[in-house]
Amino acid sequence: MSMAAGLETLHYNFTGTQAVGAFAPVLVGVVGSGNLEVLLEPSPGPACRFEVQTSARGFGNIWEAVLRDFHSRHPLAGVVVAIHDMGATPAVVSLRLAQAAAALP
Amino acid sequence: MNAPVVWDHQRRSRDRRLTRARDCAAGKHVDAAAIGALLRAVIEPGDRVCLEGNNQKQADFLARALTALDPAAVNGLHMVQSVLALPEHLDVFENGIAAKLDFSFSGPQGARLARLVSAGRIDIGAIHTYLELFARYFVDLTPDVALICAQAADRDGNLYTGANTEDTPAIVEATAFKSGIVVAQVNEIVDRLPRVDVPAGWVDFVVQSPKPHFIEPLFTRDPAQISEIQVLMAMMAIKGIYAEYGVQRLNHGIGFDTAAIELLLPTYAESLGLKGKICRHWALNPHPALIPAIEAGWVRSVHSFGSEMGMEDYIRARPDVFFTGHDGSMRSHRAFCQAAGHYACDLFIGSTLQIDLCANSSTATLGRIAGFGGAPNMGADARGRRHASETWLKAGREARDGLPGARGTPRGQKLVVQMVETFREHMEPAFVETLDAWQLAEQAKMPLPPIMIYGDDVTHILTEEGIANLLLCRSDEEREQAVRGVAGYTAVGLARDRRAVENLRDRGVIRRAEDLGVDSRLATRNLLAARSMRDLVDASGGLYAPPGRFRNW
Repeated sequence: MSMAAGLETLHYNFTGTQAVGAFAPVLVGVVGSGNLEVLLEPSPGPACRFEVQTSARGFGNIWEAVLRDFHSRHPLAGVVVAIHDMGATPAVVSLRLAQAAAALP
Repeated sequence: MNAPVVWDHQRRSRDRRLTRARDCAAGKHVDAAAIGALLRAVIEPGDRVCLEGNNQKQADFLARALTALDPAAVNGLHMVQSVLALPEHLDVFENGIAAKLDFSFSGPQGARLARLVSAGRIDIGAIHTYLELFARYFVDLTPDVALICAQAADRDGNLYTGANTEDTPAIVEATAFKSGIVVAQVNEIVDRLPRVDVPAGWVDFVVQSPKPHFIEPLFTRDPAQISEIQVLMAMMAIKGIYAEYGVQRLNHGIGFDTAAIELLLPTYAESLGLKGKICRHWALNPHPALIPAIEAGWVRSVHSFGSEMGMEDYIRARPDVFFTGHDGSMRSHRAFCQAAGHYACDLFIGSTLQIDLCANSSTATLGRIAGFGGAPNMGADARGRRHASETWLKAGREARDGLPGARGTPRGQKLVVQMVETFREHMEPAFVETLDAWQLAEQAKMPLPPIMIYGDDVTHILTEEGIANLLLCRSDEEREQAVRGVAGYTAVGLARDRRAVENLRDRGVIRRAEDLGVDSRLATRNLLAARSMRDLVDASGGLYAPPGRFRNW
């Protein structure tokens, strides 16, 4: 068995309408089994970029659906969302994203 | 000339058995070393035998003795028992002593049971709920011989079951009053019992087991393992269902989801001003997770199916809440508590493994025949119920409003809530197009797919995505979209008709956390009234003494 399987990296980009402006980075969650860390940082431009690193490979379609739904609820602009996931369920991912969005100014 | 009709075959058979057993016993007392000879004397081939297999306590000494009999002499037995918990419960089939089985639950032995059935070694009569099997003890499955389990006996053969009375009264009543033979294993023989749970006149033989009977702590949930999603779902249950319907009388399943609800009563529910308005009367085993709510004055009464290890002293100190004997120790009773859960509770809430588009719910998985235990009696509308309560009437109105004829005749309905995360561990979806139960029924040649709770009894589905109120659905299409609308990112959820789901949301059929005013930022473990086993012990004032495996401090 190769250990190279490792992490899968996924990128998604949505155009937002809620410009957040400058803010101190927001961090919620922890990298632990069944959990994830979500880091929100300012980023130039109108986009909301998601950079996902996950230990559970092959769930790209679900990530896209979860992140698209989040972005339709919170159409953020000028934000980069870094996610470090250790096999969290979509429920946990959605909860962390909601918690992170609630912590924005 | 006709021969005179004999009306007491069973009594004569009993007398023959007792005569054969005379040499194996001193009165009612059987030496542990003589148990094989006694069983050989009282059991005949083809007998119906109840080998007391409970949810918790087990007649394990008698089980081993039964498996050790010579199948050339004792065979073709028809086992009628509620739970298959021990390997011996199936060994009797593998070694040819027993042939037929009627039961309720086989949790730990489910996979082996499936193998033995497919190999043709076991003929299953039927899989029952507990209450159904007890009912059949009094109709067409009356045991010829019952091998039961109690804590202690006195010299006359009176029995004290201890807190885990469980099935014993139902088994003994059916057997003793239909000329059957009752054999009891006990942990000790004493001069004076704390109380009498089974009178000596109903007991034929007593044997002191060399070791105390096996008992399993099945209802202890370590609060440390409750997740934030479970906290969020518990908040939605309390605000969206318990408060909405004013649920006073209820039964909970045994999972972490419902333990989270129990642990949010003194915190979140208290903050909503619900104390005294919900959750006062319970049909429930003595869950340690209920201690903080009891201590905070939420709970008026708890009647239990069985007991729970470590809760003895706590229960003894709270007789206003629990059912106890004059000796102070708990008296549980599975048959009565099942009846209480079915007829006297307004709500059942529990978890499941799979839900289909009709809201049928099943815990059956391929390669296992696990049975249902009590869930179908808790999780079913009690069609024979006639007394009203506000909760029951409101649910009934929601279900029947506007319907014509018999379907619209006013009556109440029990709330039956299935509470699941949309994905279980390893990303197994809880929502499926087709239940595994259908394939299992085909494999095991069952007359029906093993559905735990039928979709037309399920009133609400609660997931992290929200609550679907199926009482308000007026067509199969609406019902399907209501299921899909809370199925999250499972394939079933992704295939929703988004417009139909938004329409259901506008009508309040589907309600999200934000629609309920549930703030997901509060959904942290800090909201739990106890976050560890140690917290539960502290909440009990040191009266709760968890079994060793749960003591991690």
